[in-house]
Amino acid sequence: MTLSFFDQFMSPTLFSIPLMALALTLPWILYPPPSAQWINNRMITLQAWFINRFTQQLLLPLNIGGHKWAALMASLMIFLISLNLLGLLPYTFTPTTQLSLNMSLAVPLWLGTVLIGMQNQPTIALGHLLPEGTPAPLIPVLIIIETISLFIRPLALGVRLTANLTAGHLLIQLIATAAFVLMPLMPTVAIITTIILFLLTLLEIAVAMIQAYVFVLLLSLYLQENI
Amino acid sequence: MADRIVKVAEKRLTDVKLGELGSWLGTRDFTPNGILASIRRGHDRYFNKYINVKKGGIGGVAMLLVGYVTISYVWSYEHLKHDRWRKYH
Repeated sequence: MTLSFFDQFMSPTLFSIPLMALALTLPWILYPPPSAQWINNRMITLQAWFINRFTQQLLLPLNIGGHKWAALMASLMIFLISLNLLGLLPYTFTPTTQLSLNMSLAVPLWLGTVLIGMQNQPTIALGHLLPEGTPAPLIPVLIIIETISLFIRPLALGVRLTANLTAGHLLIQLIATAAFVLMPLMPTVAIITTIILFLLTLLEIAVAMIQAYVFVLLLSLYLQENI
Repeated sequence: MADRIVKVAEKRLTDVKLGELGSWLGTRDFTPNGILASIRRGHDRYFNKYINVKKGGIGGVAMLLVGYVTISYVWSYEHLKHDRWRKYH
């Protein structure tokens, strides 16, 4: 029984093309480029407003060198938020539930921030390994701990996104199955379960947006330390 | 109505008669570039009709998403059909 609950994270193939290919290319269609007119249509205006606001907020703490990352951060945010939200539709596939995708996004970007820091300002980058004001006997232990926490960052970034989305989808499927099975037996309990399912769906919509935001925010923080 | 003869190749699909379907298909461009061009044309037609309008509503995007859900269902039907009459899911 448990085995088939995880089947929603499989990518079934049709004519040997996996569904993941369709799920990954759909955000491309949903964000059309602005036209040469002065006032665009409503959809493009809304998207442009959101992207501008988000990029402005994200780039506030970064210095001028960090502004080179603006396009990457904005496109990453848009990509993640649309993948997460589209995955909440029925029968669709969420690529961000696959650890491979999230790690392939997290590891190169984190590594980029670390390498930029080591190349341009190695002393400061290494200095982050020791917080200010630590008592002298604690220094060796703390350096080891800070190094471990530095190297665990890409793992945490990837796994956080994967785990949150996978758990959310699994919960939705479990509670929906429970409500469906309980309906002929105990209708009152089934209605309570349906209310819980509704609230959970609202939570999942929020989580989808928040997780994308957290991913990009943490990346910008790692960048801020190093650039 | 037939004031001048229009070649089969230049007609749209809705104007082609059933007997001419074979020759019409023969004139279409099935190279990858041609397929991409037809996808681009289809996309532009949909976009300019439903989304790129002065007071567009939620309908344009909603139709696209419903189409996406339907295609996902069709795509995973082979896997989903095993769930039909199962006792324990």
